[in-house]
Formats: sequence, structure tokens, C-alpha cells
Amino acid sequence: MPNPLSRRDFLMRSGFVGCSLAASPLLTPVTFASTPWDTRLVVIILRGGMDGLDVVQPYGDPHLGTLRKSLSVGPQNGALDLDGFYALHPALAPLMPMWEAGQLGFVQAVSTPYRDKRSHFDGQDLLEAGTPSLNGVRDGWLNRMLQAVPGVNAQTAYAIGRSDMRLMQGAAEVANWSPDADLNLSPQAVRLMELVTQSDPAMHAALVEASLLSDTGGDMSGRRASSHVEIAEFAAERLSEEARIAAFSLNGWDTHRNQDNTLTPALGRLAETLLTLRGKMRGDTWKKTAVIAMTEFGRTARQNGTRGTDHGTGGLMVVAGGAVRGGRVYGDWPGLGDGDLYQGRDLMPTGDVRAHAAWIMQGLTGLDRSVLETAVFPGLDMGENPGLVL
Amino acid sequence: MRAFDPQLAEIRFGYGLSPVVRAPENAAAILAGLRAPDVMAARYPIEPFDKFRLRMVKAQEARVLRRKNRGTPKAAEARKLRNLLNKHARQAMYLWANQTFLRRIDTETAFRERLVAFWADHFSAHGKRGVERRATSPYIEEAIRPFVTGRFGDLLESAVMHPVMLNYLDQLRSMGPNSARAVKVGPGKGVGLNENLAREVLELHTLGVDGPYTQEDVTQLAELFTGMAFQAQNGFKFRKDFVEPGAETVLGKTYADAMGPEPIRAVLHDLAVHPATARHLAWKLAVHFISDDPDGDLIDALEAAYLSSDGALMAVYEVLLDHPASWTASLQNVKPPVDFISSALRGLAVSEDALKRLEEKHMRRVFAAPLIQMGQQWERPVGPDGWPEEDPNWVTPQGFAARVSWAMAAPEFLVGPLPDPRTFVDTVLGTWASEPVRFAAGAAESKAEAIGLILMSPAFQRR
Repeated sequence: MPNPLSRRDFLMRSGFVGCSLAASPLLTPVTFASTPWDTRLVVIILRGGMDGLDVVQPYGDPHLGTLRKSLSVGPQNGALDLDGFYALHPALAPLMPMWEAGQLGFVQAVSTPYRDKRSHFDGQDLLEAGTPSLNGVRDGWLNRMLQAVPGVNAQTAYAIGRSDMRLMQGAAEVANWSPDADLNLSPQAVRLMELVTQSDPAMHAALVEASLLSDTGGDMSGRRASSHVEIAEFAAERLSEEARIAAFSLNGWDTHRNQDNTLTPALGRLAETLLTLRGKMRGDTWKKTAVIAMTEFGRTARQNGTRGTDHGTGGLMVVAGGAVRGGRVYGDWPGLGDGDLYQGRDLMPTGDVRAHAAWIMQGLTGLDRSVLETAVFPGLDMGENPGLVL
Repeated sequence: MRAFDPQLAEIRFGYGLSPVVRAPENAAAILAGLRAPDVMAARYPIEPFDKFRLRMVKAQEARVLRRKNRGTPKAAEARKLRNLLNKHARQAMYLWANQTFLRRIDTETAFRERLVAFWADHFSAHGKRGVERRATSPYIEEAIRPFVTGRFGDLLESAVMHPVMLNYLDQLRSMGPNSARAVKVGPGKGVGLNENLAREVLELHTLGVDGPYTQEDVTQLAELFTGMAFQAQNGFKFRKDFVEPGAETVLGKTYADAMGPEPIRAVLHDLAVHPATARHLAWKLAVHFISDDPDGDLIDALEAAYLSSDGALMAVYEVLLDHPASWTASLQNVKPPVDFISSALRGLAVSEDALKRLEEKHMRRVFAAPLIQMGQQWERPVGPDGWPEEDPNWVTPQGFAARVSWAMAAPEFLVGPLPDPRTFVDTVLGTWASEPVRFAAGAAESKAEAIGLILMSPAFQRR
């Protein structure tokens, strides 16, 4: 399928390229064609390896208590019962109303195809590449999804924040911005800056985009919130307008030591992020939204010697939004008995995190299963529809 | 393909051109500079960690005093003392940042400063809480800088066994599940193995993630690493009661129990000369100094030099400075933010007085905050893998906007009067000064804007 309006085409048509000394070209207001679908997708990458067994604690499994003494200690110790088998980490208590409204759900025991080396960095790369291996893959699955749908323009998808989102890299045009950034330049300086950077396409594109976004989305009314809240506010603002997809990261999930001290604030940030998205989206945007939060891998089933957990395999996916069928924990529970663990140490993955992401995209955009299984996630078998989208 | 070029040497292997420091004439001059005494470390001293340790001792004393006197005025005093110690450490951190910049501004052997930064990034580590959060420069000064011209095995040992690294990668509490200590305390009481450091040593510091190791090697190495500990009063300490009894086998070689750090040193030196380590480091050096997609022959040559010298780094640097692929005239890698600022300061010949005059709030406004906005918080990479090398990480709209803000405002704050933009363009860009940049420098509304435009030119931002 041809890319209907690439970033470069867009810039050419609106006269942003090739007229560096014309009148203030970067500050021209522009209107954007709207995309042919109306739902919203937010993808959050939880970097560091979230311990799914502590977030959604399978307290109904008799082996949990022998593997973990001070972690995942269940409802009798403050966790919130979800369904008689799983309990939610107390730091996510602010999300209980969302769970009860059916707008928050989880998928337990899922993973990417990544196995055995348990490297954060390769694990994240593979999660974002969406492929079975990293050989020669440079783009990300969310970008390949954008390439597969018509009507995408430079404002359809946003990679937000200061860290790079490999997930969004690729041929389709994606806006990159951080809500605390601003390009404060006189029109004359902007023109000269364009002239200076013209020989370097990458830098020139960065300048053009910085000018555009400073003009349209940089104003956060002077108040400084925490960065994850700012990012969520910015995403909510953009998604309430022409944007359809936003992606960003939340860091701080690598809990080797004294897990409670690290996991509690990380979950607090996740809760605030979801509540901000819901609270700041205008009109019925939240009702049309699906949020996916995914991590590179889960952690060891056993807690380690330092009240933490080491890098593992099977993990947890979080889904939220008015468009998802929440209020339940999805996924096939593999058990925690000796023979049940992957390599005798990790939660056995029973589902592919990509299949769930694919079904959500299918539900939101109506994208063909065959496109999802070949172009977006090459070689993936999506299996049966888990029914995550309403 | 070309041969050595003094200007390119300054740009690609140093911190850019300076109006006052002469560029090295040939590769031999750079290598001689590396072999000569470390003049910059002496001129702009940074507290080594062994001295920094005393700050941690004092902080610990304040903590104990506070705990013993809860609810009394003495406890309030202890808290005040702790806050003061934190403040002093923070101010010291800014001073050391200044010293680091001054070394980069004044040095005649800028390659040494680049190598220190490269290896400090390779062995990224920082303190997690209290005054130790400010220990990064002292760690680099003590564990990295003296070793960058020696053998990689010694550098590896120095970095991996350093208290800042041990704490950063959770080694300090890791003990063998069958160690005397674990047996005494009993199971489930927060005692046991932590494999974080062992994994990163194999994945990041030595073999590389594609290297020939398994989860079993990680676990065995973690068991072998048990015993490495630290006390603020005494520095590195080996704790026999943490050691997992029995021999461990890593990559097929068995290391006998010694109840001391010798087997740990032995495994590190074995890992250092492993062929996978040679390949990994050769690739990493080529990517860092030359381009995201470096010449295969260059990597091979670096690898061969590493292997034939058993990891003697000078032999590797010699090849790096000698290889034709190192001298392609077109500028390649985008300077990461800290290097962008460092080379701007060198190009502006910012003086020691100007930097020493800066108060903490200025340092925050001129360096710390802009670096965060550019995406490279000072001495705080996101993980133990350090900062990314690939250019797309550094050419983002938000990062670009932050560089523009800095380039337009900071120089004016740091040097007065600003240099004439029409000469500055040649000072910092040398033979890479292009007509559009010259035109822009002359057409800008103000000197500050002109300087900013020159610093934002691709020829300045790449190397």
C-alpha cells in the first residue's frame, strides 16, 4: 500500500522545504487531514523488566508463598483482591475504580520471543522491533502498523519524551516531542537556522519539527508537573485532537534489590499516568482509547537474596482505556510448581505479548489479520481473539 | 580514504578545534601525549573516591547519631549535618564538572579526555542515595582515568571491583546461598545471590550480548563474585562469610575456592583476553570514534591489535589513529550533548576564571538543566549500558530545540565579549566552514545569535 502522505511530501506541499529565506515558513499554521479511524492507541514501554508476579499477584497459586517470602504477599498483606486468584499490588490502589469500571485489565504470563540472555537492552529492542529476532531489523512495530493504514500524516502518531522510541522508528512519519521542550527563536533566526542545517537532512528535519511543535503544543501553562504527568497530559491533549497514536516510556522497573522501595514508586507513576490520560482527554476520547503497557520481560519467580528479583522471562501486560474489555486478568496461568517454571526459575510464558497487541490494533482499526501477521509482526501467529477490545 | 589530518584529529578524536591550543601534528604526537604524565589531572584535580569515602563516613555517623537520638534536638542537629554534607557533596560535584570541562578546554592531548569519557561510559556506574550520588567523578578519577592507557584487564578489574560499581550493580549484598552468613541468618531473610553485576560484566563489559555465555555462566560468575564488599571506613573489603563455598566454572574454566579476591581477579583477566571481548571492544571503539556503521576492516584491525597484545590498549589506539578508515573527510557521528557543550567551551576558549565564578545556581542553569533537556543528564545514564551511540538518539526535535536554546544564550554568559562570528566560524569549523554557515553568521541579528548558528551547524555538531 503506498504511503499516502509521507512527512517529506507534506513538507514539500506546505512549502516548508526549499524556501529557507521566504517569509517565516516554519510558523505557518497548518490544518491536517484526519485519519480514517477514530480510535486511539497509547503504547507505554515499561523499561527495566516489570515484576508481573508482584503487580498482579497469583496468591491463589499454592507455590507462590514458597518462592517469595517478603514479596507478592497477597490480600492478607494489603494487596487488593481482583478475582479470588489474583491480587493487585497496593501501589495500584488508585486504579481500582478503573478496574471496577471495566477499563483496566491485565494479561498474565506473556512475553516476546526473546529468551535466555535476559538482557534489558536486547529485550527492549526486540519488544519494540516486534520481530522474532533482531537480525537486520531497524524499524519498530508501531511504525510498521502506521505504514499499513491509509491517511497517516505527520500529526497522527507521537513519540513523546526525551528517550528514543525504537517502537516508532521507520518509514512512516512520526512526530517526536517532549512537552518541556521549546524552540524560542526570532523568525529571522529560524530562517538562518534552516539555511545552516539544510545540508544535513536529519538535522533539518529535527529543526522543522521542533518549530512546528513549539508552535502548536509546547504551552503547558507555565506549571511544572512530574515528567510522566507532563507526558501524559501532552499525549491526552494531542489525542483529543488529530493524533491517533502516542507512545512513550516509563522507566524504573529493574528491581534487583529491596524491590518494594523501587516498585512502589514505579507503580505510582504508572497509576498517575493512566489517571492523567483519562482525566485530561477531552470529550469522549477516553471511551475510544486503548492503552497497552508492556515490558521487556518478567522477573524470576523466586525472590533473590536481596529482597528483589532478577531478570526473568514470562511477564505481565497492562491494558486500560474505555475501548478495552477490562475487569479481568487474561492469559493462561502456567503455575509456579517446580516443573512449571521456565528453566526452573522464571514464570513460563504461555502467550505472546505481540499477539495481544495485534488483536488490540485489529479491534481498534480493523486492520487485516494477514497484515498484522506479516507486515507488523512478521511470522506471528495471533491465535484466537482474546476479546480485549469492546 | 585519507591519512592523518591535524584538524580532523582534534574534531574526531578530541573535543574540537581551539583558538589557543595547537592541534597535534601527527598520530605519534597524540600517542606521545598519552604516554606522557597526565598534566590535566594535576592542573585540574578531582577528588579520588578514596578521599570521597570520608564524606560517606561522616554521612554514616550523622545517620547513626540521628537514629540513636530520635525525637530529641540532637537528632535535628544530625539531620542538619546530613543536609550540609549532601550540599557540600553536590557543590563538589559541580566543581568536578567544571574541572572536567577545563581539562577538555585546555588539553593538548584531547584524545586522553575522550578515552576517559569513553571508558567511563563503558563502565557506567553511579551512587544511588545520599552523598554517594555525587561519587561518579571520584570513581572515574580513581578507577578509570589512570588505566585508560594500560591493559584492558587492569581497567576491567579496577572498574568492576570498585565500590561504586559494586553498589550500583547490587553486588554488595549478594552472598552465596550456602555461605556461612546465609546459613547463619537462615533462608528467606533477604540473603542470597544477586546476579546483576555478573550479567552486566559478561554482557556489557567484556564478551558482549552476542558472546558465547549462558545463564549458567551468569549464575556461576555471580557465585564467584560473592565476597566483594565495601565499608566506608576502610574501602573495598573481602567478606569471607559471604563467599559461596566450592569452585565455580565460568566459560568452561574452573576457579577454585580461595576465600579471597584472587579467583575474581583471575576470571576478570581471563574474560579480558577472550576473543569475544576483543571483537566487542573493537566494534565499540570504532562505533564511538568513527561512525554508527564503521568500516569492517577497521574493526578487524583493532581486534587483531587487541588480541596480539593481550589487550594492551595503546596498541589498539595506535591502529585506530593509523587506519585510513579513521580519516574519511566527511564528518560522521553527532556529538552527544556533553561533548557538544565541551567542544563549544573549547572553541570559545572559556577561561578557568569564568567557570570558577559560576555559583551552583548558574551551574544548574548553564549546564545541568540544559543537559537534561538535550537528553544527557550529567553523569546519569539511564542504565549500566551507558549512553547510546547511534545518531538518531541525538538528533531529535526536542534535543535540537534544547541545543538551540543553549547555543544562543550560554556562550554570552560564559565569555565576554563574544568572539567575532566571522572569525569564530573558521576557528571552530576549520576547513569544514561552508558558505551557508558563513552567510548565516554574517546575517544574524546579533553576535549571540550568530555564535549560536555556528554552533548549531552540522559541521560543528558532527565529528
